[in-house]
Amino acid sequence: MTVKELIELTGARDMTPDAPKDREVTCGYSCDLLSWVMAHGKAGMAWITVQTHMNVIAVASLMEMAAVIIPEDIEMEEATLEKARDEEICVLQSGKTAYELCALMAQAGLPGTPREA
Amino acid sequence: MAVLMEKTFPVRAGAYETAGEASTTIKRTLKQLGVSADVLRHVSVACYEVELNLVIHSDGGELILQVEPEKVTLISRDQGPGIPDIGKAMTEGFSTANEEARTLGFGAGMGLPNMKRNATEFDIQSEVGVGTTITMSFALKA
Repeated sequence: MTVKELIELTGARDMTPDAPKDREVTCGYSCDLLSWVMAHGKAGMAWITVQTHMNVIAVASLMEMAAVIIPEDIEMEEATLEKARDEEICVLQSGKTAYELCALMAQAGLPGTPREA
Repeated sequence: MAVLMEKTFPVRAGAYETAGEASTTIKRTLKQLGVSADVLRHVSVACYEVELNLVIHSDGGELILQVEPEKVTLISRDQGPGIPDIGKAMTEGFSTANEEARTLGFGAGMGLPNMKRNATEFDIQSEVGVGTTITMSFALKA
């Protein structure tokens, strides 16, 4: 699934229209502890989080994620969105809950992350 | 072994807004040098964790990047306050992060274990009232 297809699937708003949408999404994840995400994140991941500060973009960029999805219509700070545009990280905003987003993504066949030993 | 490149990045205590900038620059630098994606990922994770630790826990410090033909080394050096019990600090889930850090999603107690997991070699030296030095190296595979 590409980021473009992820947007169509979830009906999420694209907050970074200039970020590339042809990237392949490899897996889905939902977590709000940034250190945890640093330990378990993967390249190409679509990451759902209620965190909206700058460090979200730093983590997504360092992990080379495909997209960050903010659930429940939570607004991301403009400064964070600006950083996302600079780093070409795709940020999506959705009215759905993290649970609903996970369900949609899983139904569409997007896997979770394999647990490392 | 000859050091091909050395760069120092100062990191301010409590500077959450700019946290991650040094790591992003280091990742970009190594990418330009042709470091493989796999090694880059390990360096990035460890580098971000150690940078965040400087922001959250230290009284300010610096990150030093050294590149040699065989390995990349990251050194984090701060001016205190030092870690009283390194064994405890290395335990997954143990954290002394303050409320501000926790609100931002840090303080999971994963930082130091995450660094150790990602580095080829990991060393931590700390003295209360003096400071902490963390040295991590990452082998560059051909």
